[in-house]
Amino acid sequence: MNTKEKYTLADQVIEHALKSGAKQVSVSLNESHNNDIEIRDQKIDRLTESNRNSLTVGLYVDNKYSSLSTNRLKKDDLFKFVDEGIAATKYLAEDKFRSLPAEDLYYKGGGTDLNVADTKLGDIDAKTKIDIASEVLNEAYNKDERIISVSAYYSDSISNRVLVTSNGFKGDSARTNVSLYVTVSVKSDKGRPSDYWYENAIFYDKLKKTGIGTKALERTLKKIGPEKINSGKYTMIVENRSAPNLLSPLYNALQGNNLYQKQSFLADKIGKSVASSIMTVDDDPLIISGPGSRLFDDEGLAAVKRPILEDGTLRNYYIDNYYGRKLGMEPTSGSSSNAVFRLGKRNMDEMVANLKKGILVTGFNGGNCNGSTGDFSYGIEGYLIENGSIVHPVNEMNISGNMNQLWFNLVEAGNDIVDGSSFMIPTLMFEGIDFSGI
Amino acid sequence: MKLRRREFIRLGGITAAGSLVLPSMLQSCKGPVLSDNVNSYLNHFEVTPHLLKKVISTALDKGGDYADLYFEHTINNFSNLEDKKVNQASSNIGYGVGIRVLKGDQTGYAFTEEITPEAMLKAATTAANIANSGGSLNPADISEYITPNLYPVKISWEDTSVKDKIPFLERMNDKIFSLDNRVSKVNASIGDTTSYILFYNSEGRLAWDYRPLVYLAGSCVMEQNGRIENFYVSRSAREGSEFLTDELVDMLANEAVEKTKLQFEAVKPKAGEMEVVMSPGESGILLHEAIGHAFEADFNRKGTSIFSDKMGKKVAENFITIVDDGTLPSNRGSLNFDDEGNPTENTVIVKDGVLTSYLHDRISAAYYKVKPTGNGRRQNFRYIPIPRMRCTRMENGPHKKEEIIASVKNGIYVDSFSNGQVNIGAGDFTFFVKAGYIIEKGKLTRPIKDINIIGNGPQALADIVMAADDTKLADGTWTCGKAGQSVPVTMGLPTVKIKKLTVGGINA
Repeated sequence: MNTKEKYTLADQVIEHALKSGAKQVSVSLNESHNNDIEIRDQKIDRLTESNRNSLTVGLYVDNKYSSLSTNRLKKDDLFKFVDEGIAATKYLAEDKFRSLPAEDLYYKGGGTDLNVADTKLGDIDAKTKIDIASEVLNEAYNKDERIISVSAYYSDSISNRVLVTSNGFKGDSARTNVSLYVTVSVKSDKGRPSDYWYENAIFYDKLKKTGIGTKALERTLKKIGPEKINSGKYTMIVENRSAPNLLSPLYNALQGNNLYQKQSFLADKIGKSVASSIMTVDDDPLIISGPGSRLFDDEGLAAVKRPILEDGTLRNYYIDNYYGRKLGMEPTSGSSSNAVFRLGKRNMDEMVANLKKGILVTGFNGGNCNGSTGDFSYGIEGYLIENGSIVHPVNEMNISGNMNQLWFNLVEAGNDIVDGSSFMIPTLMFEGIDFSGI
Repeated sequence: MKLRRREFIRLGGITAAGSLVLPSMLQSCKGPVLSDNVNSYLNHFEVTPHLLKKVISTALDKGGDYADLYFEHTINNFSNLEDKKVNQASSNIGYGVGIRVLKGDQTGYAFTEEITPEAMLKAATTAANIANSGGSLNPADISEYITPNLYPVKISWEDTSVKDKIPFLERMNDKIFSLDNRVSKVNASIGDTTSYILFYNSEGRLAWDYRPLVYLAGSCVMEQNGRIENFYVSRSAREGSEFLTDELVDMLANEAVEKTKLQFEAVKPKAGEMEVVMSPGESGILLHEAIGHAFEADFNRKGTSIFSDKMGKKVAENFITIVDDGTLPSNRGSLNFDDEGNPTENTVIVKDGVLTSYLHDRISAAYYKVKPTGNGRRQNFRYIPIPRMRCTRMENGPHKKEEIIASVKNGIYVDSFSNGQVNIGAGDFTFFVKAGYIIEKGKLTRPIKDINIIGNGPQALADIVMAADDTKLADGTWTCGKAGQSVPVTMGLPTVKIKKLTVGGINA
């Protein structure tokens, strides 16, 4: 189905639903094409091709709401599905907060082209994809006698969506992504350490296609011989690749639904200091070629750049249309776009080189955060640092604390973000973190 | 939500579920004689035996040595109570066929969401590309595979309207509010799934399955002197709407309130290594993370699991026997056959302390030259099957629960969990404890909450020094993720003591 046909189908579904008793309707059509290739030890392990289509309908019937989604897109099937959905919705309880967003909040068109889709990605042939994956695999394959296995993955996706609502929104967007990933496993006296490296890009031509295997191997070899160290309070440096894991409980606590459900440790904190003054984060959906860039969100709300934290002070929540009405707040958007962290002056290596004693965290292993209280506890892996150098890898350790305190312990943000991630977060350094080990 | 599937596709007289059919005795030379059940599934997906064979032939056209087709029609419903009212519902339909071609241990995969001859043949051609030797195998004659019926359904979800579910959600809400005046928020939800599966492979195996799955969940938020605590509880099974009873709702409501109350008294333990006693049931998360994933044979075949060189070796105390069971009646982790058409079984993975089997799919079983164990599973038709767990549980041990707790001088007792994870190669695994107690001088003392525990798989397995005679299954809504695919699983454990794990906490 091309974009025009999708608009036609969306209009037909809306017209049918309104005729069948819905007061308001939203329809979104999503399509994606994915290619995945896995090469292991110089042999193709897996070739996967997938093409997905789905249609989602939001039905607002007599102040009642339900949503339907299906991948069966024949018009007659859809009409029946909608009729049954409307009949079922009538059994639900009334909810006066359910209605489509106010029209003046919608994106009205005319925005700059954000340049987030590679129109030529579909032309890359399978052989080229296999070749570039083989090349990064060969950077590591047979390069060290301790290697057990090397796998390289190529994957790409081309996706697009059309969103139409009965109160006047019409919009479509497209997005592409391409990535290369290598994972290496090695033998050692203690277990079979593995690590990985990857590169991600919107445009095939901009994807870094070398060095991935080399880096994955280097990282894996460095992990041989981990030791657990004593429990205690340590300075913690979190590598940029893993920093988004620490930020995600904070982002969950900013969500309208969690605020409303009393599952947020950041309730009633707008305008208050919730983190160290180092912390300034914007939500910027309008960055040209940003991985999370968009002109409008899932509900059609016009994308606006907003401060989330300014020098540690909380400025905005993520509020969608429904929870905005329930909480009596202006909707912002129900989801984050690009999280842009204000950068510091040094990169990770420089921060490590100047650290007297502490732990460099390069990965998290499980753990969770209690949304209501902010209490967290996570497994970690990384390295013991003394006098500016790595002493040995550490494993089998946890960090624990409370999110309300953690971000006040942030003492430095790096200048190094990971390419291709919508979480543009640098390496972070915290003081006085509770580690559990021996 | 009432979504009678028959209004979407011809029902063709599908037997709702359960009726075991006898194997057909006659094989006419004109073609296979198939049961009414399998015929109704063929009709449901609008395919014929002739077309299935043709698609398989195309899939094998480039020299593949095996191919299979996995047809799926899944209907998912969700109803939710918030603010004391059931005011949100959603339904989802997934429909399509996945086509897989194997050449040795190499996989070609494609799927189509349109089940037409043209679309299937195109996907088969794509999947066929994994092989490039030319020459083509002829698919074997069709033979219907008669499976057990592990999950008979009394009232199907398709015959259950959202109207029938509302009273249970309202009861959960009212019950939780009635049990404690500190309750400020209640959420309750029911999610039900019905899957119609038709499987066919190049060996001629033709099988169908009707897979129901349901969960009921509730969460309770309480406030006291400005402090907020919450707890989430759930139960799940492969059952129809007979699963929903007042007794079940009341039990969950009580559990939610009792567990939330305890959170107000809970503290964080001291950080570091200590003895850990795991309660019966949900603590089976230990088996899932510490050893279950590392026993999945794809990791072992590739040599990347910490257990890759441990087959036939002593890995635990003599009194420890661990199984991965796909055959428990109505269990969330059970399947009549796995997602590549192989029978499920009760696979013994550790017998009297010795590692006896990995968990196999077709590829790894061929690699190790063993029978597949029925662990080949996939999230849905859009994904390839890979080795996955079902219900991973430990048999009874020789000790008593009281004796185990009494043996601990300084440690913790853990009984509720929210999630876990493992690093297959290094062997480090974690689980997050929602609730438990400190043990001091052999007695449970203060409640604890929200701490992560980390250990190393082979070491933790060897460190299980006591196991009680009270093994129990956990029937919460456990979902396991691997390689981007989620599948329902369960677990079970008796009370056990682990000599030493690293407990997250505070440093004085």
